[in-house]
Amino acid sequence: MAKRDLRSSTDGETTTGHEWDGITELNKPLPKWWLWTFYATIVWAIGYWLLMPAWPLVSSYSKGFLGYSQRERVAEQVAEAKAAKSDYRDKIAAMDLTAINNDPELLSFALAGGEAAFGDNCAPCHGRGAQGAFGYPNLRDDSWLWGDGTLAAIHKTILHGIRSGDPDTQTNQMPAFGRTGVLNEPQIADVAEFTLSLSGKANDKEADERGAKIFATTCTPCHGADGKGNPKLGAPNLTDELWLYAGDKQTIMADIRNGRGGVMPAWITRLDPETIKELAIYVHSLGGGR
Amino acid sequence: MLMSEAAKFEDFRVARTGAAEVTPAPKPPSEPPLYASRVKVYPKEAHGRFRTVKWIVMAVTLGIYYLVPWIRWDRGPYLPDQAVLIDFPSRRFYFFFLEIWPQEFYYITGLLVLAALALFLVTSIAGRVWCCYTCPQTVWTDLMIAVERFWQGDRNQRLRLDKAPWSAETLSRKGATHLTWLLIAIATGGAWVFYFADAPTLARQLVTFDAPLTAYLFIGIFTATTYVLGGLAREQVCIYMCPWPRIQGAMFDRDSLLITYRGWRGEPRGPHKAGQSWEGRGDCIDCNQCVAVCPTGIDIRNGPQLECIQCALCIDACDEIMTKVARPRGLIAYDTERNLAAVGRETVPIRVIRPRTILYAAAMAVVATIMLIALLVRPDLDVSVLRDRNPLYVKLSDGGVRNGYTVKLLNKLYGPRALGLGVAGLPGAKLSVVGLENETHPLVTVPPDELKSIRLYVTLDKQAVAALGGAAKNFDIVVTDAGADEHTEHSAIFQGP
Repeated sequence: MAKRDLRSSTDGETTTGHEWDGITELNKPLPKWWLWTFYATIVWAIGYWLLMPAWPLVSSYSKGFLGYSQRERVAEQVAEAKAAKSDYRDKIAAMDLTAINNDPELLSFALAGGEAAFGDNCAPCHGRGAQGAFGYPNLRDDSWLWGDGTLAAIHKTILHGIRSGDPDTQTNQMPAFGRTGVLNEPQIADVAEFTLSLSGKANDKEADERGAKIFATTCTPCHGADGKGNPKLGAPNLTDELWLYAGDKQTIMADIRNGRGGVMPAWITRLDPETIKELAIYVHSLGGGR
Repeated sequence: MLMSEAAKFEDFRVARTGAAEVTPAPKPPSEPPLYASRVKVYPKEAHGRFRTVKWIVMAVTLGIYYLVPWIRWDRGPYLPDQAVLIDFPSRRFYFFFLEIWPQEFYYITGLLVLAALALFLVTSIAGRVWCCYTCPQTVWTDLMIAVERFWQGDRNQRLRLDKAPWSAETLSRKGATHLTWLLIAIATGGAWVFYFADAPTLARQLVTFDAPLTAYLFIGIFTATTYVLGGLAREQVCIYMCPWPRIQGAMFDRDSLLITYRGWRGEPRGPHKAGQSWEGRGDCIDCNQCVAVCPTGIDIRNGPQLECIQCALCIDACDEIMTKVARPRGLIAYDTERNLAAVGRETVPIRVIRPRTILYAAAMAVVATIMLIALLVRPDLDVSVLRDRNPLYVKLSDGGVRNGYTVKLLNKLYGPRALGLGVAGLPGAKLSVVGLENETHPLVTVPPDELKSIRLYVTLDKQAVAALGGAAKNFDIVVTDAGADEHTEHSAIFQGP
């Protein structure tokens, strides 16, 4: 190959020999140490390959001679974080719920922990904002199906669940009045009409009156003579504006016909006691706590 | 296949011009290397006006750097009393009377914009003034060269020392130089960390080896960079690493005062013997003093160059020689291109005020005004309200509706504040703060210089909800500081079904 002329056409300075449409590049040599720095980075890269995890293998990866593992590091950091929280966690374990709720520092710690635990464990049914859904109670409103909305009552429900099979669980059943033949379809429609009248929504006065008689004998043991329910039995207040299931006549008839019995698991076997306490405080803070 | 494009073009060219390919150039030189070893620079000591100014600027800038962390500034019992402190753990930046929170970082952005514009302005007026006097690279390199000169002598002695074979003297002189460099480097790194922690406390910790590892790590990093960049690399940082020389070209114009060799006066140059006539020759006696003092090892007589940091030492060197040979000073001087081109016709006054400088100055004034206004109207109590979006509202058993809000209260005062919360513009609203449910007039205590986040519920009963008519309602959350007789309103929205 012939040697290229590397002199620039204008001032005789040497060029790199690169040319684009007649424009040549002058050769301004880089300092040698720059080149050596580049080689040093290559050497560094080789060292890094050997010392650190680098190469993907068929079912694993090269571990590197230093044995560094980000997974192990994360586990260590999680343990460190846990240890750092232990001060507060110990206090939460030792103190009763009201005392925690009255201590601003512990309260804000418990709320943060409770919110995280709620997102992980409770949100699938109750929703990320605890707003509930069809059949899953809204935890933000001021009405409680079970218990009276105090810290202790909320704590108890989270510990043992509802109809969960736990020995201390709270359990009661809305019977399937239709399927078991206690009430026939017209009677069910009448009771539903009466139920609507409790919150001032009835349209059919005669059906309402017929329903009132059936209600008095069949429903009052749980829901009470005035229909205000009984939180000890998990019987909902039928006179307020809130519905666990929907408040239309079709749904109410379905409730009476087939019965209801939603289940909430007992968390005593799944979460540690401190987390359950934090959850109770968090749910209590959502607006419905008393 | 097709005839190649080049061959087709060649046929076309021959047909058009009737000429075959021109004969190739004569034997080309051997291929030059793409990498070159550094040619070591041995700057000679200069004496004169600019050298004096540079010594003074060096003393002032180094003084600022080393002493500022030790200035105290009383901020009361709750906050640090260091005048300039970058407090990473609590995320605050203290600067005398100013305190910058992370969300106020735009002040720093504004300062940087201002600094950049100032750099543009100064550069368009008088060239690389920043590089010459105040750039840390220049200041520390100057210091390192002074140390080198102290231990190894001036240019000629250093040249001789480097050529001489290794001896006990060489070793001791060079060893002392490097040792002093290292001490300066350690002091540089040591001063740096004091900006990030209480200086007296950290100094005590550093001596007793109780300081955090990060402090030692950063002292190490800055020791290394100071030693390598200031002591060893020197002008190579300016030539190869710094982007500023490349940007300068866009800043200079024909009216910028640049370090200039006045060729019209100096040429033709040549040696001059005492008593010889100056007729028919230039003032430059080719003594090479301007080259000897140059810290980047260039010849200013070749015209403006990328390597030239415009340190003005060649002016001092040349003026000294011109005085000796009884010629007027200023053969090398700050001069404009326009003036140079006008030689022999008329003198051109230096135009400092021209569209470019007016533009830069105006931009600086705008940025400075914006920053000043932002600073003056900055509240010392900041309230921000985030309304719950999941759920948007909660229906209550009596038909009422409740909305939830997260309220962030930011107390910028240096003492704790008790703040009352209220609602305006929402008739019938009931207010409750999580943790303070039992209080009718909840008072939230926010610690000094901190942010406190609280949960607030606003409830309307059935009638009030009906009055909303299904529309969302704007209202104000009012935060009152009873102690300071001050209140802040923050608009929020109440959402009904």
